[in-house]
Amino acid sequence: MDTLRDVIIIGSGPAGLTAGVYTARANLKPLLIEGVMAGGQLMLTTEVENFPGFRNGIMGPELMAEMRAQAERFGAQIVQGDVTSVDLGSRPFTVTADDTGYRARTLIISTGASARLLGLPAETSLMGHGVSTCATCDGYFFRGRPIAVVGGGDSALEEAIFLTKFASQVTLVHRRQALRASKIMQDKAHANPKIAFAWNSVVQDITDTSKGEVTGMVLRDLLTNELRTIPVDGVFVAIGHTPNTSLFVGQIDLDENGYIKTHDGTRTSVAGVFACGDVQDHKYRQAITAAGTGCMAAIDAERFLES
Amino acid sequence: MASEKVLTLTDGDFDSTLQGASTPVLVDFWAEWCGPCKRLGPTIDAVAAELDGKLTVAKLNVDENPNVVGRFGIRGIPTLILFKGGKAVDQVVGLVSKDALKDMVAGHI
Repeated sequence: MDTLRDVIIIGSGPAGLTAGVYTARANLKPLLIEGVMAGGQLMLTTEVENFPGFRNGIMGPELMAEMRAQAERFGAQIVQGDVTSVDLGSRPFTVTADDTGYRARTLIISTGASARLLGLPAETSLMGHGVSTCATCDGYFFRGRPIAVVGGGDSALEEAIFLTKFASQVTLVHRRQALRASKIMQDKAHANPKIAFAWNSVVQDITDTSKGEVTGMVLRDLLTNELRTIPVDGVFVAIGHTPNTSLFVGQIDLDENGYIKTHDGTRTSVAGVFACGDVQDHKYRQAITAAGTGCMAAIDAERFLES
Repeated sequence: MASEKVLTLTDGDFDSTLQGASTPVLVDFWAEWCGPCKRLGPTIDAVAAELDGKLTVAKLNVDENPNVVGRFGIRGIPTLILFKGGKAVDQVVGLVSKDALKDMVAGHI
């Protein structure tokens, strides 16, 4: 077993790394366990235009590399493992990652959220063969081909607009008649001649699992219940996120959607455990709000250790 | 920087390398512009080092080798395919932890 630490941070998105910067500067010598999705959701984006301080924008992965280097500069110890279990039953808390056990007086949870899937069997079997949740990773494979993006929020529109750089046409499939996305993103999407809209529609199936590649999608019109097949080579799923909280079920209070419940700042139902970023926020979900709550969690943990 | 234990495959030597390998071969399909692929790099290097002699680990750049990419219908990266006796026996798409990757390989070596 490892030495007893003041603080362990699980997760390395904007929330976790900001908590890392603050706890390191407070001389708490944090251990930050990155997780398999190191860097978090921003690693899957391109240009970030709304992070204050970067008036010309910054690439998501570059922003995360900067935050990571900043945390390390002040002495945060960053390890690559993926956490497989935690024991929050008694203090100090135990965190196990890649068969190594770590112990700490406080724990900051910033495990974030992952892309939600449609839940179709074909979606799983065709993942990586035309079905994708990462436009910046996979858009390249669809040069000159027709594709679809499922969803109606900012992320869906951002993906759709990005994918028009490669695809011949992008059909945006949305279950309602109007988009949820911000006005600026909607204007960009409507102005893009390569983007078509399939309103009031849901994806019923994705073909063709027998060929091992995407050849089309079956859409169901929610108003008429009619089915229609649209030939596409790729389906990008952008229908929101689910919090990464499976490690904590039964040990910490979660809300009905699985998000960690916080009170009085970033406190959770377990004294000494703090949560920040998308794992406890289904409302704002911005890099800057995640970073903000990461700072709060660091200060809350520091005060807890002093008391 | 890829570890020296990790081979670099191309359209030209893909088949001959797979046929000539004395162990199963794990191929990492990646590209320079793919953030998650870069994150997976150290995991690939670690698995190559830990299973040296039991598993051959190789990378294939999808930008430079369209033939192999087309043959295996790769439409997303990172994709890892495990080959045994020249045939694909398992694959994983997206980021994967070192433990999960070793578990996948364990049944075939």
